[in-house]
Amino acid sequence: MNRRTINALLVAGTLALAAIPLFSIRAVDGEEIFAGADGQAQTAIGEIRPGYEPWFSPRWEPPSGEIESLLFGLQAALGAGFVFYCLGYWRGRNSGRNPSSLDGAGT
Amino acid sequence: MHIMEGYLPLEHALGWSAISAPFLGIGLWRLSRRIKEDPESRLFLGASGGFAFVLSALKLPSVTGSCSHLTGIGLGAILFGPWAMGVLGAVVLLFQALFLAHGGLTTLGANAFSMAIAGSWIAWAVWRAALACKVPPSGAVFLAATLSDLGTYVVTSLQLALAFPDPVSGFAGSALKFLGIFAVTQIPLAVSEGLLTVLVLNLLRGHAAEQIARIVPALKEVRP
Repeated sequence: MNRRTINALLVAGTLALAAIPLFSIRAVDGEEIFAGADGQAQTAIGEIRPGYEPWFSPRWEPPSGEIESLLFGLQAALGAGFVFYCLGYWRGRNSGRNPSSLDGAGT
Repeated sequence: MHIMEGYLPLEHALGWSAISAPFLGIGLWRLSRRIKEDPESRLFLGASGGFAFVLSALKLPSVTGSCSHLTGIGLGAILFGPWAMGVLGAVVLLFQALFLAHGGLTTLGANAFSMAIAGSWIAWAVWRAALACKVPPSGAVFLAATLSDLGTYVVTSLQLALAFPDPVSGFAGSALKFLGIFAVTQIPLAVSEGLLTVLVLNLLRGHAAEQIARIVPALKEVRP
């Protein structure tokens, strides 16, 4: 198998692992599905130690779900930006030395 | 794996911060030395940090019907070792604590320990052990990233069980409960983490084979 096929399979495998639960799990009796595990742990703490009060709260919280998703989106975009800047930089820089990798373009 | 702000009793919050601090201090020192000695590595450090940034922002659905996120720690731990990657992971957690109210400053020590420090050391140890057992590099990368991801969530579960032992079944009962929430959900996600880490390293090796081989000799291309 060449590298391109392997990479395509890696992408397909990751997508399948996310898509299978998304489309196979159905909510029963209106219960919430795909809640965050962090939140479930918070609930479990409440069951083990009823009445536990967090003794410190965040200085600032995103004022709405929209703002929160904005900030998560920003985090993902920044991260992806770094990864692909690095990939693009080396692809461009090394393309001159390896004509097959960029259709012979380069110096 | 984010323990929410204020959700660890004071002595646990302080204890985990004290445990994490030296790892991050040494890591910061080694990271700055690395950047000084090898400026070319900065781009790959940026990519490693970026990978952790993007993966930890995306919550993925799991077969348990709940959602959790990947850590992206394995890539950087393989490329730059556990000290440096611990620092980058802690930066991600600090960003989320400050701007997303996700995790928190009082729980930063504990969260940095589970994701950035334990995650990096597990990845690095598995990577070295797998290579020593003659596992091919891609397989070793997969194992390292997968077990690092899963290990982070196991550590979080144990941290919570230590802080909140069950009144009847004690630490063990509580640990089972938190492992049920975190670790089981994480199994398919950890596999995704392994696949994505192999993918990104494949892309990096495809475009910067020489540079990657210089950073990690075990990832040298073997062309037929």
